[in-house]
Amino acid sequence: MTAVATPAAPKNDAPAFDPGAPPPATLFQDIWRGIGKENPVLVQFLGMCPTMAVTNILANGFAMGVATTFVLVGSGLFVSLFRKYIAHEVRITSYILIIATFVTLADMLLAASFPDISKALGPFIPLIVANCLLLGRAEAFAAKVKPLRAVADGLGMGLGFTVSLSALASFREILGRGTILGMPLFGPRFEPWVFLMMPPGGFLTLGIACLTVAYVIEWRKKHTLAARSA
Amino acid sequence: MGHLSWIFVSTLLVNNFTLVMFLGLCSFFGVTGKVETAWRLGLANTFVLLLTALSAWFLNSYVLQRTPFLRTIAFIVVIASAVQIVEMAVKKYLPILFRQLGIYLPLITTNCAILGLALFQTSRNYTLVEALVFALGAGFGLTLALSLMASIRERTELTDPPVVARRMGLVLVIASCLSMAFMGFAGMGSAD
Repeated sequence: MTAVATPAAPKNDAPAFDPGAPPPATLFQDIWRGIGKENPVLVQFLGMCPTMAVTNILANGFAMGVATTFVLVGSGLFVSLFRKYIAHEVRITSYILIIATFVTLADMLLAASFPDISKALGPFIPLIVANCLLLGRAEAFAAKVKPLRAVADGLGMGLGFTVSLSALASFREILGRGTILGMPLFGPRFEPWVFLMMPPGGFLTLGIACLTVAYVIEWRKKHTLAARSA
Repeated sequence: MGHLSWIFVSTLLVNNFTLVMFLGLCSFFGVTGKVETAWRLGLANTFVLLLTALSAWFLNSYVLQRTPFLRTIAFIVVIASAVQIVEMAVKKYLPILFRQLGIYLPLITTNCAILGLALFQTSRNYTLVEALVFALGAGFGLTLALSLMASIRERTELTDPPVVARRMGLVLVIASCLSMAFMGFAGMGSAD
């Protein structure tokens, strides 16, 4: 007669684990994450269409960053407020609707207060709706935390986006036009690098930025290794 | 006829959606690992673009005349539904393709090329036929860009780039060269 060994029932006393919920952090960490370690442009490569399309001059890049920040904060707040009422099956559609509402607001505000910039950005303001960064943050972060943290995260991501966009745009404007915010920087003998103002220049600028970031990471890795072995 | 073919050629080459207008870059960098997947995603996109052009034209002519402020919201809802239909069709009839495309199929919703098409079509006041030709040109342009990029990336898989260029750096520089090649068509003029 063989005794059938019954496997011991798994103990069920582990603390409740919410899969995918971001780990607890202070507000400052929530804000800083978007600017540094999870920078949307330079590290995560989210929302690249506006990144390259509007960064030919600094004013446009900055305005785009501010508009995106506004939408990130607003949609983060509302997604988080309604997180318990939105059914799982229709969540993407609901997030998109919330985002689209804020994009429409941003579009109208910009058109009313800065008509020149609004005209220069053209369809790229309504196109914020289709920026993967917004849906990504709504799904991965805002839908799982309290409103205050969602706003902090939106602010951080928006700031990181604005800073990277402004940096790329300054690079392109300074070298491609010889101006910064419209003011000439160099003397009349400066020959602008027109290539940078054209579409391929956008790809190249982001490529250079990306190579630089990778170089810095490698350099730091090498130094910490050297410091450890010394 | 000449007008229509000019819209087609100019969206396909001169103002290529991906390489010159920077629309739909997520899938351009995300799904271009294999030629096969790339051109199939391009065709799926073309189909969604045609559906969107059709519905955006109807919305513009009959619904949005009096409520222009609802344009963005209306367009995105229509696009999301169109993508849902395509997703169900692909899942039913082409299950292998469905698995290959993975997350990038539902992500067509947040493909700026689709919404961009609807917005450009509105701002340029295209008629229905013009809009459909525009969508076809844009879709083939996307397919062209995706397949070109994928075939170059298949080659670079076998090479040994420097450590710093392993991730996105190399891909972005390749994209820059491709875009430069497409700038050559700019001499043909522009559609606006």
